[in-house]
Amino acid sequence: MKLDSKAPSGPLETRWAEHKGHLKLVNPNNKRKFTILVVGSGLAGASAAASFAELGYNVKCFCFQDSPRRAHSIAAQGGINAAKNYHNDGDSVFRLFYDTIKGGDFRSREANVYRLAEVSVNIIDQCVAQGVPFAREYGGLLDNRSFGGAQVSRTFYARGQTGQQLLLGAYQALTKEIATGKVKMFPRTEMLDLVVSNGRAVGIVVRDMVTGKIESHAGHAVVLATGGYGNVYYLSTNAKGSNVTAAWRAHRRGALFANPCYTQIHPTCIPASGDYQSKLTLMSESLRNDGRIWVPNDPNDKRSPDRIPEGDRDYYLERRYPSFGNLVPRDVAARNAKNVVDEGRGVGPQKNGVYLDFADSIKRLGRSVIEERYGNLFQMYEKITGEDPYAVPMRIYPAPHYTMGGLWVDYNLMSNVEGLYVLGEANFSDHGANRLGASALMQGLADGYFVIPYTIGDYLAGFLSEAVSTDSPAFREAEAEVADRTRKLLSINGKRTPDSFHRELGRIVWDYCGIARNAEGLRKALQLIPALREEFWSNLRVAGTAESFNQELEKAGRVSDYFELAELLCVDALERDESCGGHLREEHQTPDGEALRDDANFSFVSAWEWNGVGKAPALHKEPLEFEFVTPTQRSYK
Amino acid sequence: MNLTLHVWRQKSPADPGRMVKYEVRGVSEHASFLEMLDVLNEQLVEKGEEPIAFEHDCREGICGSCGFMINGEAHGPQPATTVCQLHMRHFKDGAVLHLEPWRSKAFPVVKDLVVNRSSFDRIVAAGGFISVATGSAPEANLIPVPKPISDRAFDAAQCIGCGACVAQCPNGAAQLFTSAKVSHLSLLPQGQPERFDRALSMVEAMEREGFGSCTNYAECEAVCPKEISIDFIARMNRDYLSAKGKGVMKPPLSTAG
Repeated sequence: MKLDSKAPSGPLETRWAEHKGHLKLVNPNNKRKFTILVVGSGLAGASAAASFAELGYNVKCFCFQDSPRRAHSIAAQGGINAAKNYHNDGDSVFRLFYDTIKGGDFRSREANVYRLAEVSVNIIDQCVAQGVPFAREYGGLLDNRSFGGAQVSRTFYARGQTGQQLLLGAYQALTKEIATGKVKMFPRTEMLDLVVSNGRAVGIVVRDMVTGKIESHAGHAVVLATGGYGNVYYLSTNAKGSNVTAAWRAHRRGALFANPCYTQIHPTCIPASGDYQSKLTLMSESLRNDGRIWVPNDPNDKRSPDRIPEGDRDYYLERRYPSFGNLVPRDVAARNAKNVVDEGRGVGPQKNGVYLDFADSIKRLGRSVIEERYGNLFQMYEKITGEDPYAVPMRIYPAPHYTMGGLWVDYNLMSNVEGLYVLGEANFSDHGANRLGASALMQGLADGYFVIPYTIGDYLAGFLSEAVSTDSPAFREAEAEVADRTRKLLSINGKRTPDSFHRELGRIVWDYCGIARNAEGLRKALQLIPALREEFWSNLRVAGTAESFNQELEKAGRVSDYFELAELLCVDALERDESCGGHLREEHQTPDGEALRDDANFSFVSAWEWNGVGKAPALHKEPLEFEFVTPTQRSYK
Repeated sequence: MNLTLHVWRQKSPADPGRMVKYEVRGVSEHASFLEMLDVLNEQLVEKGEEPIAFEHDCREGICGSCGFMINGEAHGPQPATTVCQLHMRHFKDGAVLHLEPWRSKAFPVVKDLVVNRSSFDRIVAAGGFISVATGSAPEANLIPVPKPISDRAFDAAQCIGCGACVAQCPNGAAQLFTSAKVSHLSLLPQGQPERFDRALSMVEAMEREGFGSCTNYAECEAVCPKEISIDFIARMNRDYLSAKGKGVMKPPLSTAG
């Protein structure tokens, strides 16, 4: 299979404009003849669905939550990047592009990343016009802050709830179109299969999560905006319901899954407190602007943190990376935290964290400034831990947070399956092997508001006279497979719950394919996962019935997909015999423990083709070429 | 710690439902309330019983999915805290807790502690937005917003749409929810063109959904996990009355604030 990225050539600055200028258009009067299915209502899905409807297309939008307003984009805290250069500090589209491609450790496409930086400025305009209450200066203009991996202040924020405010903006735009009837919304509806006919995506099969009814929907195009797969680790910062099912079922129908091993472990989360732990909570990395990270020099230091004098503390990030200090990129911060905890210098009752200390900032700026910047985060921390971070340092530890890998897409955001588009975290593009902070919100909205509304017309224009319908054997076949799978899950009648399998699977993936990986561990994981998968299919117990509201059945279906994904994740991590970004292979490090890339052999995108359960997937490579930047060893010293 | 739970069990909207008693043993005080229910549910499944259905997603207090009554209080006893952020350290060993779903005609029960809150979505659809098509926005800094106004709009915009306000209100009124969205948008200069029309349509939509009337109990404010102020209800009423009295097409030419 030849992977054509369709990325345009020519000068970087004009590629997107040129490309847009040559895309086919659909006449305004003809747009109403098309139906687009949008799965997911987070930033990417809601913005795309709203924008399609404004253009005149008919849209059906699906989400598993009870309302589109609850998609997991809502939990993003810190901010959204845009190259506005409001701070007059040297920012530009090129610099945002460069920071993003460098932050991704030179494992993404130049053309895509440049386009992302280019449209970033339009996103802020759009959101402000919608009434998103971004933080402002006293003069009434927009405020910015700095974020990890950048030396300029380009991050727009709304207290510590930027994702919430951006999502509500997109949700409101979507809701407006639901009211006009251009969007038909299907909440509490889970996509369980993609329908492909003659190589084209023609619809989806869904389950109504209240009645259990299995239904098909046909469309001229299917847009997946279903988020990432971080919950493969069981414990992650993702919402409990976030899952890979829609993307995975599309993968099983032929869509290639790219770079699954690029997972991001976020450096600043609250450490786990016990076995019952159901998820981990992120503390925005914006905290690293004003908090200093340290551990005691002596692993046996039992003093409370305020009793440990400066001389007995190791501010290890400031020591090792004098120019970026506490603002090194996420992967670097996470790895360093793991190292000090592995050395036995972890803090807290389980010795599984490092300190993030605000004492100096409170002294310098006053408590009220810190409260203004991070009040809700401090409050959240106190609720969870029972400790007051104004008085004692926070304890933090890395946790799975974001997945850069996802379904392979070309420059138009179309997968290798014609008519199947993938947006936001669900696709693999733009962030390479590591995503910079405040860039996920940017990508979700860039894809939904400013990329897909242009590119989808180019595809649809070819199907003007074609009506869509669910009356075809492909739909019947997919429905039967979905029903069969559900029946199977319910009929095993074993002893273990879906959560118990999920926890055990997550532990394997975390231990062998987490912050650091090595060949031996990955090979071990590739034995453990299929064995546990077999037990799952023979010893699972799912309470309840198929024809009712059944949260256990939902979980079981999702866990069954995590098993297959986990295996691919480890296969990809093993195959990628280099370190890059969030993928650290212990065999490939610089003498001071930095990721060591192998550009000669691994400067490509790994796109995997499904060959069946337990069968080796086929690898397809998309070479990465760099015309405008020179891949360098990342250095944040 | 050990607890006695009395939980509302209702198989489906048609089922009359009943309270069922559960003894929960050995709960860690560091666990969250929902993690305590997870543990109980796992035990129920192992015993061959159906687990208790409850809504939840982010478990960080921001998505607004979770919420039920604990001993008559929406989201339980901690102020400014959703039930997913409520930790067991706030309860005494041996506590007896009654868990019930949100009670409101406009929030029919789906199953156990899960209710249907789509009425909230329909209120927003009636006008809870600023009409700005993608791509038509002007440069962001062309619209300066005084910081105190922007901060006030933010206070209202924080609403997570959980429904606690309705559940706690003796009248089952949705004024706090509706006024938070009306005020968020009407405070901002961008929201002015549709300000009065919005207030009118959203209040009318709220009434259509069967929510009760506000008689200023202020129970909503007391349980709101985002501490949204009932001052916004007064603001909404003012906009609504202006719209009613003067006709939507001729709003007073006041600016934000």
